[in-house]
Amino acid sequence: MKARVTVTLKTGVLDPQGKAIEGALKSLGIEGVESVRQGKVFDIELAGADRARAEDALKAACEKLLANTVIENFRVEIGG
Amino acid sequence: MKAAVVIFPGSNRERDAGRALRDASGHEPHYVWHADHELPRGTDLVVLPGGFSYGDYLRCGAIAGRANIMDAVRAHAARGGLVLGVCNGFQILVESGLLPGVLMRNAQLRFVCKMQHLKVDRADTPFASAYHVGQVIKVAIAHGEGNYVADEDTIDRLEHEGRVAFRYCDADGHVGGSANPNGSLHDIAGIYSAGFNVLGMMPHPENLIDPLVGGTDGRGLFASLVDHFAATAA
Repeated sequence: MKARVTVTLKTGVLDPQGKAIEGALKSLGIEGVESVRQGKVFDIELAGADRARAEDALKAACEKLLANTVIENFRVEIGG
Repeated sequence: MKAAVVIFPGSNRERDAGRALRDASGHEPHYVWHADHELPRGTDLVVLPGGFSYGDYLRCGAIAGRANIMDAVRAHAARGGLVLGVCNGFQILVESGLLPGVLMRNAQLRFVCKMQHLKVDRADTPFASAYHVGQVIKVAIAHGEGNYVADEDTIDRLEHEGRVAFRYCDADGHVGGSANPNGSLHDIAGIYSAGFNVLGMMPHPENLIDPLVGGTDGRGLFASLVDHFAATAA
């Protein structure tokens, strides 16, 4: 089973890297960019076919390590 | 004073910390491997040194913060034992939950490596008794992620409880403004735990203990620790 975990900064947390990327995009002439927030994506392969268990395991993985919940939110998507 | 310096893969200031501890106390510290489960018996002080544990992968200090030895460090702190985390050690302390908040990328997005003045916020702790409140000390900083951030409630609590240890200032003691090298909220360079037995700080006092390398203002921190244990033993 494949899963994707996305970790993003919470609203209101300053993101200097996102700001720098936003500036770079604007200087490249990419039109319409209002703001950029940088995050992380983890593609994870899981053994077994139980989606509920996989979801629990990934939630634990996020809370214990993948995300720092002081400043970050996470989203878990389980594929086929 | 029995000190234990924890070594993680990628630590690189453990010998500097060890030298500062030895010069102050006359005793060589124990060096403890991150995969160990226990601290040496009778450990008074645990030091988490600077460096780049696990190559700063994921988030600085994130993987080290979950190392085996950190359970023993948490238990030591819960008993009131002293813990000092410097630079990457501070990042490990916040990632392991021993101190609140988080250290984010420097506001200017650059690694800063330079001498930096700090103002001592309090001097009635085991780590700072050799200093006086308001004293300006010159130590070194070397970090890319030293921008201390916490939610408003946490910052209010830290300020209200007097848990800010040091703040960034200029040579004249003016706190903040252009003297803040990384954008830290309230110009925070170091903070204490609620029990004042855990100190995390970005600057490196262990590198300013010899006039050959620019000053000795870091000695006070280690002298304070030695005095603390001499007083408790007496």
